[in-house]
Amino acid sequence: MAVTSKQPLGAAYSATQAISQAPKRKNLIAIFALAPALAVFLAFWLLPFSRLILMGAEADRSSGISAYFTILTHQQYLISLVTTVTVSFTVSLVAVGIAGIAGFFLARHRFIGKSVLVAILTFPLAFPGVVVGFLVIMLGGRQGALAQLSLWLFDERWMFAYSLAGLFIGYLYFSIPRVITTVMAACENLDQSLEEAARSLGANSWQVTKDVIVPGIAPALLSTGAICFATSMGAFGTAFTLGTRLSILPLNIYGEFTNYANFAMAAALSVVLGLITWVALSLARKLAGSNVGAPV
Amino acid sequence: MNPRIRFILQLSFTLLVCLFMIIPVAMSVMAGLTENYFVGLKSGLTLRWVNEVWQLYSDTIWLSIKLALACLVIATLIGVPAAYGLLRSRRRWANAIEELLLLPVAVPGLATALALLLAYGSYREFRGSWLFILIGHVLFTLPFMVRAVLSVMQTARLPLLEEAAASLGANFRQRFFAVVVPNCLSGILAGALMVFTLSIGEFNITWMLHTPLTKTLPVGLADSYASMRLEVGSAYTLIFLVMIVPLLVAIQWAGRLSSPRR
Repeated sequence: MAVTSKQPLGAAYSATQAISQAPKRKNLIAIFALAPALAVFLAFWLLPFSRLILMGAEADRSSGISAYFTILTHQQYLISLVTTVTVSFTVSLVAVGIAGIAGFFLARHRFIGKSVLVAILTFPLAFPGVVVGFLVIMLGGRQGALAQLSLWLFDERWMFAYSLAGLFIGYLYFSIPRVITTVMAACENLDQSLEEAARSLGANSWQVTKDVIVPGIAPALLSTGAICFATSMGAFGTAFTLGTRLSILPLNIYGEFTNYANFAMAAALSVVLGLITWVALSLARKLAGSNVGAPV
Repeated sequence: MNPRIRFILQLSFTLLVCLFMIIPVAMSVMAGLTENYFVGLKSGLTLRWVNEVWQLYSDTIWLSIKLALACLVIATLIGVPAAYGLLRSRRRWANAIEELLLLPVAVPGLATALALLLAYGSYREFRGSWLFILIGHVLFTLPFMVRAVLSVMQTARLPLLEEAAASLGANFRQRFFAVVVPNCLSGILAGALMVFTLSIGEFNITWMLHTPLTKTLPVGLADSYASMRLEVGSAYTLIFLVMIVPLLVAIQWAGRLSSPRR
């Protein structure tokens, strides 16, 4: 404590004052503590990403004009952008619907074996995208569950894994656990007396759900939906396992970079994709406050 | 509607969702342990495929563990001080910095990897070493460590404790290691488990940054899904599950350890 206080308080001269009276020193400590993390971030993320943003303005290899402009003017890129957004958005809606019901049920009832169900529904949270892709192949691939079932029933081989439907199922697979954990937490924080009050006023269970529960957990639902959307937008691993022919943004980026060495376009598409997911996740954090976001 | 019927309906729905989640996992585990998946269980159970995976891919498993440990060490060394720095900064600054550190999580891994490649890919030695992947993992996992530690710091009444220590004459170094760190151990533990698990499973960044000599577990998985028979891919997935499930259980446990204080 270098601060010399003139207060004649003897022992009562306290560190409280030393700390609060030395804002400069406090700032210095904060800056030193933050410096290593910020240095890593600046050198290995901000600097490279700024270059990526600039690189996206360079000429696209095939069209010869700025890659950002090419995205807006070439149908191929616009279609893949719209497809990716549509699939991700639909998946988020469906996941919030399905997992909302299941999560609410699990939060409000106690029964034997409940913890097993909760475990089954939440542990796939840590599966990487590639594994989810493989699980979709187990369900809908050439030797998948559906193919075996349909061979046995109708003597036909039904498959969906290597199409947009497979992608949809895969995205749903990694979205459901995220929604369930959020919904269960939100329901536990919800004031149960509101529901009781509504019921005592004569509301039936549908009205209670519609007018009390859903509005009560609406921020959590919106926030988790936005996280699912962002995760699905950037889910490279799942799409990569299911087939590189699908026209969605992450696969386009990968293709432009590795197959065509079209760096400007790969950079421009990455920046657009990054912008979309960043906006979605910022929205999610505004709504929910504390969730970091969701990696796949 | 009768509450009993409603209960049964909702339970059945939830069970259906559970089936959707567990059936492919169960099938994959079975496929990894059966002699011939196309013939089915009657071909017999075997550890042959697990063995084969071990022969082919054990180096990817070791590299992943090495990477995850290194990532854990770095994320702790720079993340814990960073959380402390955020706690001590003015609110507006702290929010802005946290927002920045979160960017590598908010932006898809593919974009982060591309940026790293285009900026540093020309340094051959660096590009070819596992350290290049480590950078990606550190960027991606750091926010989780910072967030876990910061949330414990905020509830631990750290300023008060520190003042007490300072009034007894402890200097900053003593305060940091004797008061700050021990009081947020549960946060460090939760963050560490999270960082380790995320690093083990990270694919999107790693796939772009890996070279044939630096393949991690998820990269090996993608490789086996694309080029090996179904049993091998399944056995490999089984090994991955055996590694990741205890970590998940530990994360749950650590979460419960640090949550009662909140």
